Amino acid sequence: MITTGSAQRLLDGPGPATGAERFDAHLARLGPVPSHVARELIPSLEASGLLGRGGAGFPVGRKWRALAERRGGKAVVLANGAEGEPASHKDRILMASRPHLVLDGAILAADAIDADEIVFYVGMEHETATAAMRRAIEERRAEFRRTVRLVLAPIGYVAGEASAAVHYVNSGDARPMTTPPRVSERGVHGRPTLVQNVESLAYAALIARMGERWYRSAGREASRGTALVTVTGTGRNDGVREIELGTTVGDIAASAGIASSAVQAVVIGGYFGTWAPARAIWDLPLDPAILTTQDLTFGCGVIGLLSNGVCGVAATAQIVAYMAKESAGQCGPCLYGLRSLGEATTRVADGQGAPHELADIERWTRQIPGRGACHHPDGAVQLMTSALNVFGDEFVHHASTGRCSVTGNRIAAA
Amino acid sequence: MDSKLKVDWIKCDGYGLCGDLAPELIDLDEWHYPIIPTGSIDRGLLYAAQRAVDCCPMKALTLVPLSADERKAS
Repeated sequence: MITTGSAQRLLDGPGPATGAERFDAHLARLGPVPSHVARELIPSLEASGLLGRGGAGFPVGRKWRALAERRGGKAVVLANGAEGEPASHKDRILMASRPHLVLDGAILAADAIDADEIVFYVGMEHETATAAMRRAIEERRAEFRRTVRLVLAPIGYVAGEASAAVHYVNSGDARPMTTPPRVSERGVHGRPTLVQNVESLAYAALIARMGERWYRSAGREASRGTALVTVTGTGRNDGVREIELGTTVGDIAASAGIASSAVQAVVIGGYFGTWAPARAIWDLPLDPAILTTQDLTFGCGVIGLLSNGVCGVAATAQIVAYMAKESAGQCGPCLYGLRSLGEATTRVADGQGAPHELADIERWTRQIPGRGACHHPDGAVQLMTSALNVFGDEFVHHASTGRCSVTGNRIAAA
Repeated sequence: MDSKLKVDWIKCDGYGLCGDLAPELIDLDEWHYPIIPTGSIDRGLLYAAQRAVDCCPMKALTLVPLSADERKAS
């Protein structure tokens, strides 16, 4: 676990190894959650430029404003800590170490949008985070003045998707729903619902105390602030860290003791992300605005380093096969399309691909996107398409010779 | 009013009738799920589109008006 760095805001204070920060320690360090801000916090969030940290990167202030200016009755806040993305650990680390910051943010959101219920939706497999959140809620029961409950999210990639989260809370079925209606219009109990990632909420709680100018004082490039990222593929130094936005991939690798010469490619954004060649991305700032210009997305902040000795085709096959398995199975193009994509990619990776296989894979990457109730198939295809761009030669080599040039062997397919 | 085809992917079960009835508009993939055009439907094809909509056994296919943004883009 790496937690050192100069930009500690969300993870400021005692290190995660010391466990969840108790309420009295949280109060001593940061003071009480400002009670007078309510809707006044929204312009401050908008001016801060804070973007949602669940993956889609939607501006937080604008999301809260849309809900605050709705017509009709009371709203609901759903704090999303499902973190079904297997490569990401930042939400569970945040909840396990700073549960009260997440609670502060959820309370502020509920005040700002006039919600009379808060649901903390926490991945059931994140046991330390769940225990920390449960205890934090009990520590502050008297303070809430509204219904507050903890709902354990079932294990699965799509369980954290906004409409799936609402669906599960309402009916115990964690499959996405057809939109519209959006969850912001008809969500938990059919009421307008703010679904917000736990890191976004925790940051709102800091901005409420310190202001938007403080928020904007960090950041190396256009996008301001810090972010939690999960670094994988380093061997011993994998883990969650807080970075200033605009920190380069190379800086992060270097701080994990990894030299550029040891890395062939990087996947940004996790299983829903995009591959890029290491040399093309090494000096690129991790800044959502800059990444977008390179057809990359910050996503949930996973930085996956692929070292030279690992086959990108095999790594991709593993991810796509997982994404296929994680289809909720509601929409044909996702269920059958991703399954076929995953199986074909696995055969190619194993040196068992038929001659037509690469053409099939390319055709499916064009056919599948946009044909589902949620964006699960789009994310899997985006990863696949980027893999064909970055590892294209290796895909062809695998398909035509049945050999892997990275490992140098005929692939030991059973 | 310009219209486009829309599929409710959760309802669609891949019967593929739409592709059989309006092949000039709708392709089917190898699992018989429709591949529909993205933009507005030409006036001359509206009848075929409506027939495909009416015959969908799952009521998954609909004709909907283009949004303001889509009208601007087309």
